[in-house]
Amino acid sequence: MPYVPHTEEETRQMLETVGVTSMEELFADIPRHLRPKSFDIPHGLSEMEVMARMERLAARNKVDLVSFLGAGFYDHHIPAAVDALVSRGEFYTAYTPYQPEASQGTLQAIFEFQTAICRLMDMDCTNASVYDGGSAIFEAMMMGVRASKKRNKLVISEALSPIYRIMLSSYTFNLNLELVTVPHKQGQTDIRALMDAVDTDTAAVVVQNPNFFGQVNDFSELCQHARAVKATSVISVYPLMQSVLKTPGEMGADVAVADAQSLGQPLSFGGPYLGIMACTKQMVRQLPGRIVGRTVDGQDRTGYVLTLQAREQHIRRQKATSNICSNQALCALRTLIHMSLLGPGGLEQTATRCMELAHYAAKRLTDIPGVELLTDGPFCNEFALKLPVSAYEVVDALTERGYVPGFPLGRYYEGLENCLLVACTEKHTREDIGIMAEMLGGLLK
Amino acid sequence: MKTMFEKSTPCRQGVCQNLTTSKAADFLPRGLLRSARVRLPELGELDVVRHFTRLSRRNFGVDGNFYPLGSCTMKYNPKFTEVVAALPGFTRLHPLTAQLKGAGHFTQGALEVMYDMEHLLCEITGMAGYTLHPMAGAHGELTGAMIIAAYHKAKGNKKTKIICPDSAHGTNPASAALAGFEVVNIESKDGIVDPEALRAALTDDVAGVMLTCPNTLGLFERHLPEIVRMIHDVDALLYYDGANMNAIMGKMRVGDAGFDVVHLNLHKTFATPHGGGGPGSGPVGVCEKLVPFLPISRVKKLEDGRYILDYDHPQSIGYMAPFYGNFGVMLKAYAYILRLGREGLTRATEYAVLSANYLRKRLEDVLEIPYNRICMHEFVASAVGDALNGVRALDIAKALLDKGHHAPTIYFPLIVKECIMVEPTETECKDTLDGFVDDLIEIVQRAGTDPDSVKASPVTLPVSRLDETKAARDMVLTDDCGCE
Repeated sequence: MPYVPHTEEETRQMLETVGVTSMEELFADIPRHLRPKSFDIPHGLSEMEVMARMERLAARNKVDLVSFLGAGFYDHHIPAAVDALVSRGEFYTAYTPYQPEASQGTLQAIFEFQTAICRLMDMDCTNASVYDGGSAIFEAMMMGVRASKKRNKLVISEALSPIYRIMLSSYTFNLNLELVTVPHKQGQTDIRALMDAVDTDTAAVVVQNPNFFGQVNDFSELCQHARAVKATSVISVYPLMQSVLKTPGEMGADVAVADAQSLGQPLSFGGPYLGIMACTKQMVRQLPGRIVGRTVDGQDRTGYVLTLQAREQHIRRQKATSNICSNQALCALRTLIHMSLLGPGGLEQTATRCMELAHYAAKRLTDIPGVELLTDGPFCNEFALKLPVSAYEVVDALTERGYVPGFPLGRYYEGLENCLLVACTEKHTREDIGIMAEMLGGLLK
Repeated sequence: MKTMFEKSTPCRQGVCQNLTTSKAADFLPRGLLRSARVRLPELGELDVVRHFTRLSRRNFGVDGNFYPLGSCTMKYNPKFTEVVAALPGFTRLHPLTAQLKGAGHFTQGALEVMYDMEHLLCEITGMAGYTLHPMAGAHGELTGAMIIAAYHKAKGNKKTKIICPDSAHGTNPASAALAGFEVVNIESKDGIVDPEALRAALTDDVAGVMLTCPNTLGLFERHLPEIVRMIHDVDALLYYDGANMNAIMGKMRVGDAGFDVVHLNLHKTFATPHGGGGPGSGPVGVCEKLVPFLPISRVKKLEDGRYILDYDHPQSIGYMAPFYGNFGVMLKAYAYILRLGREGLTRATEYAVLSANYLRKRLEDVLEIPYNRICMHEFVASAVGDALNGVRALDIAKALLDKGHHAPTIYFPLIVKECIMVEPTETECKDTLDGFVDDLIEIVQRAGTDPDSVKASPVTLPVSRLDETKAARDMVLTDDCGCE
């Protein structure tokens, strides 16, 4: 039997020690009528057979497409050393570091992750990560709700990822919270309207930079306004781009959040990724999730422990800051190693190359008659195009030929059925972009 | 050990990119750019590899150490499942590809995995439908609690409370609260749910009851049939916390037993690695009447055999995850289930239970076993008694580290004094179990003769006991000591 090492003789000895004559006797507490009505699971397979089946299934996914899909999730190069290091069993077969003396590897790595994330965001404190970017936004909003005591109004920009906006409305449906969505303006985050909406009833305001349409903003004024009315400002960012963009800290945000997929996680059909959350020191006790702190042992040697646990559910139960009792530790380790390998220069180079290609793509594509940018604001590596025909049709036609030209915005935005969201990463080449532009031009002729 | 930041040398390059000679300022106005370069370590690739290799050596893991951490099911994580999850046909797949109208046929392999996985989990647990979206056990609990809320809302029921027994995992009440419920705790009797205490708490405004079965003491809830009846009589729903599912595979299906909602922990029962605290995966199964409330999207199989993502479920609670959950984790669990099959899954449960009982029996003369009867996949011991000379559960845990074992869970569940909760799992051979017993005997004997040496442990690890009070007071949470 796979992974059960006991011999027949050992089994017999163990049963005898327990004082039972059969395995079945161990399950005597489960009444007969509660026994399975069926258990129609296929018979086990050999490792070779399972591998063959999984390889067949993997082959049914087409992954050699040249894809300009992004929408918050990007295909960046991951150095081979990331996989080599996280594959060490000492990391990936460990659990939450409840015994710090036997978990200094995990704990120091999380401490270094916290340091790297705080520096990337220019924030004071962060946790060891949460499930994903969407749950990070939800948790950040709830930090605002708790900090404000009685306020229940949450203001979010429509230019915040619609995927996350759906998550937020799902998560809050049974909570006594009011979500106010401020419409985007042709793909631009409407900062004026957001400032009008954020008032003394507002617990938190959430914006995204670059926004879902790829547009880059400075939210300093909004953050300042939020602080004046004692609302929590939350900025969701694209962590790789944060190596060049003005930081949430510089803008005066209270909480910065992100999905760190772009730092070392493969796309993997939607997960696992990790949500990161960083905040000002004033907010740290509202922060959910694991947090690692530095301390010393009896001999004054430096060591690391989980800290501020009084916030957590194993002590506070229903009064805890959140129900999150784990983190995406291995994903956080990937992100840390990825950032360490690239260093500040490598991250900047990557971010800049993505921008360079996207600006080239925007130029090539808008040279096609009838194709224009949805808005003329500043962007990094992603931009929205207005096409003369339905974006769905364009995507379908080009995808058949091996090129996914982008994401049809009509999927989530009514009225933008002709709009296409195009993302570039360092993995694209000018040739890829040229071919895609020619295909699109040919199609629209 | 120095941090990476302390090892950094300005201008040293790691993985050399040399991608472009452009600058960010060529594309964006200065006012939108950060004012200073981010202060990340500047190290060579070998420096980074060596740093993390050395860090890894400062960790215990299942691969190197017996890890009987109760409630966490630290079983062996088969290596081939890592290879499966790393197949480029899976890792390179953009989640949005499946949402493009014309591109569904480019993701058929991934959709088939999810469809088949849902059906396997339905059969293993006797439920009518599953969502694979929740990204951890606690996230599954939240999903389940939200489904319970949506069900009652749809029926027009005014129900505001969820009951949790005092033996429940702390996440149960926290998840229920996050879903908008008021939490009512009830006390156990003889280590299991007291039907009378439950009856007294079961008012008309109770929406659901969250149960772990076997419970966190490793005991089967013997009054289960009665409990199920009482709960359904007030139109409340019964939630199954699957943390301890490893104890009942092939022996009982929670759906047959009358549970309405269940979450599983793929990282426990189905052998995906814990990763130092995640990523996990916490699929949620429901009975027939709750299927319409499952999160979207759902995977649907068409008559022609194709798989599609189906969003057309108006009563759904919505999105719990940005996409379809932790797909990479599901792949590993799926491969594990295919590998074990029906006999292997049942066998895993049998040996998990046998191993726990074997340890319990061998330790009954060594430590106090408060509920010393046939247990399921785990049991609790209690570090009390004069013979221990004041040596506590914490001391025994630390002394075990010196012996090369990870410690069991300690001080949980809260209802047992000086609790030591042991879950050996089915993948540990008898020699390992015997070695653990011998080491515990030595520690307990030493407590009698030289308790200070036990209280001084661990002495063989990179650090000895750490000052947690100082950590909480100083709040040094980054290398920059950002907090006061």
